[in-house]
Amino acid sequence: MSTDVKTDASAEAQAERRINMIEAINEALDIMLERDDDVIVMGEDVGYFGGVFRCTAGLQEKHGKTRVFDTPISECGIIGVAVGMGAYGLRPVPEIQFADYIYPGLDQLISEAARLRYRSATEYIAPMTVRSPFGGGIFGGQTHSQSPESIFTHVSGLKTVIPSTPYDAKGLLISCIEDNDPVIFFEPKRIYNGPFSGFYDKPVEPWKKHKDSVVPEGYYKIPLGKARTVQEGEALTVLAYGTMVHVAEAVCREKGVDADILDLRTLVPLDIEAIEASVKKTGRCLIVHEATRTSGFGSELSALVTERCFYHLEAPVERVTGFDTPYPHSLEWAYFPGPVRIGEAIDKILKD
Amino acid sequence: MADAADNPSPKGDNRPALALHVPEPKSRPGDPVDFSELDIPEAGSQPRPDEGAKPEDMKDLAYGLVRVLGDDNKAHGPWDPKLDPETLRTMLGHMALTRAFDERMFRGQRQGKTSFYMKCTGEEATSISAAMALASDDMVFPSYRQQGILIARGYPLIEMINQIYSNKGDKLKGRQLPIMYSSREHSFFSISGNLATQTPQAVGWAMASAIKGDSRIAATWVGEGSTAEGDFHSACTFATVYNAPVILNVINNQWAISSFSGFAGSERTTFAARALGYGLAGLRVDGNDALACFAAQQWAANRARANQGPTLIEYFTYRAEGHSTSDDPSGYRSAQEREEWPLGDPVMRLKNHLIAIGEWDEERQEKMDLEAAELVKKTTKEAEKNGILGHGLHHPFHTMFEDVFEELPWHLKEQAEQATRERITKFGSERPDA
Repeated sequence: MSTDVKTDASAEAQAERRINMIEAINEALDIMLERDDDVIVMGEDVGYFGGVFRCTAGLQEKHGKTRVFDTPISECGIIGVAVGMGAYGLRPVPEIQFADYIYPGLDQLISEAARLRYRSATEYIAPMTVRSPFGGGIFGGQTHSQSPESIFTHVSGLKTVIPSTPYDAKGLLISCIEDNDPVIFFEPKRIYNGPFSGFYDKPVEPWKKHKDSVVPEGYYKIPLGKARTVQEGEALTVLAYGTMVHVAEAVCREKGVDADILDLRTLVPLDIEAIEASVKKTGRCLIVHEATRTSGFGSELSALVTERCFYHLEAPVERVTGFDTPYPHSLEWAYFPGPVRIGEAIDKILKD
Repeated sequence: MADAADNPSPKGDNRPALALHVPEPKSRPGDPVDFSELDIPEAGSQPRPDEGAKPEDMKDLAYGLVRVLGDDNKAHGPWDPKLDPETLRTMLGHMALTRAFDERMFRGQRQGKTSFYMKCTGEEATSISAAMALASDDMVFPSYRQQGILIARGYPLIEMINQIYSNKGDKLKGRQLPIMYSSREHSFFSISGNLATQTPQAVGWAMASAIKGDSRIAATWVGEGSTAEGDFHSACTFATVYNAPVILNVINNQWAISSFSGFAGSERTTFAARALGYGLAGLRVDGNDALACFAAQQWAANRARANQGPTLIEYFTYRAEGHSTSDDPSGYRSAQEREEWPLGDPVMRLKNHLIAIGEWDEERQEKMDLEAAELVKKTTKEAEKNGILGHGLHHPFHTMFEDVFEELPWHLKEQAEQATRERITKFGSERPDA
């Protein structure tokens, strides 16, 4: 009977099926494990247990423990063996449990994975995707909240990708896994279960109520290097990624600002055309990220916008970011670049 | 006498003051050397366990020294790999060629033909004999001092020299520092300047081979100094956890640039003994004994191939020359060390063995050395037609931007155009050889 029901409703269910970001990531991994025998998923607690965030739940049971397995607690080892697996011809998808713990693997990422194609003149490549939950807003304190993306965007040879919706998470992750370059795939853990408005005292909506949680079953890809237009507007351009896309969107909605919001999705390679087109249209630009300010990715964005859109700018480019401190625990909402900070920046940009 | 009781802690209580031990080598420049404390067992005295032996049942081998070639230049004991004379002569030929190559390239650097070079003098057996014990498609993850592997695997000398000269024939397109070779065709992994990074990579490659049900194994080489890197610990841990078909070769040549092996921990234990803590098989081998080097690698290869697990081999040897062309060892160690090193020279020992078994003579050796020198000289001249470093015959400017990614992203395209513009401004042409 249940089979019949499924069949009857399949077309509609397919169109309206809504899942959260964890389920979307799980599906992407499942599909790629199915499609490509060379895909290997590994990391701390990802195997039998299915991951501390459940992103790999059920995958070991389905694909076997030589395809999906637990590793020793050694980020250097996880990334290092992934480089070796890539040299063999596999397509490893290692997980680093928190982006805050990726640092022991940095030498392997920066000196090895990122440089391998270049230094061997394509004899060897590192077609790996390092997945890692990142970002704050969850009372994670200093070592469960960081946003280290600018460490990676500064490295020649690495791509950095950050989804902000279940639909994007699945399509982008599939693209990353199929990409022949090493990719850092940061998953904003604050929005694993639902988009976050930044108004932390209001109840959080689950993904089920958001249009971008409608995710097709099966295989699809979202190209790397292409930004997503979250909403079109004329008053100013907002450049954001990850959790901050939703926070910026909510603030603009609250304030009734007609913003052109771009979700960058890929930081390297960056969709410079979309950025230029938007800023040249609006003449004003706000950059928002959770990461600390100094030498953050916002600095790069600000410089690019200034260099390429200078004669179209009607106000200085503003950056709303985390403060230049380690991520605090008790003062999380004072640190987080939330609605007040974003609102003030918008007022300042629009005043000129 | 710094007795604890005589030396109370300045912190105010009766506890004895602590004292930091900073290792110091036994001899410095100008000092006489004394190697009498080295425990060098008789050739042939070490047992050869079954290749499936449990690590805990072969502990003595991690503290001993597997030796085959005795003072009489004959092969002794159960580790004798019983190689036929033709194989031994081939091995000796690879060593002669490697030595001739090192000599010429070192001179080339001094003549300004390239920026940098590193010899492997005294360590030839640890790469050549070991490589000969592997199958040609077993994957090797070397450090920078295993040029002997490339020579043993028949990698064209001209490719090596082109790479050293960073010229237009360099298949790495002048991107890499001299001697950082790469040859996928020869199952030789791209060498990195970052020490020990290749060790977990070798383990990962071996894991991949096992995941795929392949029959190929991996081997990696790392200096004793680099075993102090965290990567080496990761490699040992992953190797043991997944029973990876990998061989971890540690070349203990006593020196990491100016730091003697004590700074990597050799004062308290052997490097082979580290294997035991990980549950790896550990072998300690006379690294200047070509037959012992071959036998140990063969033992470990058989073990890995039979899914019996990884092996850590310490090759006890001596870095006879400076660390690199940028190094002067007379600034930190006694010159007599090399002269009095009790394990001798690997090339001489193999040569003497072949003579002792009636398969070689001084005349043929002399001819072989001469031919090796001639071959290197001839190939060098040929390579120089492709250019030497800094003389303009390099790859075109735009190649600098290629292969950072599979495809050129917009920002690299812009920078490539900039470099081309700068070239035209400076030389009036885009072409490097115009």
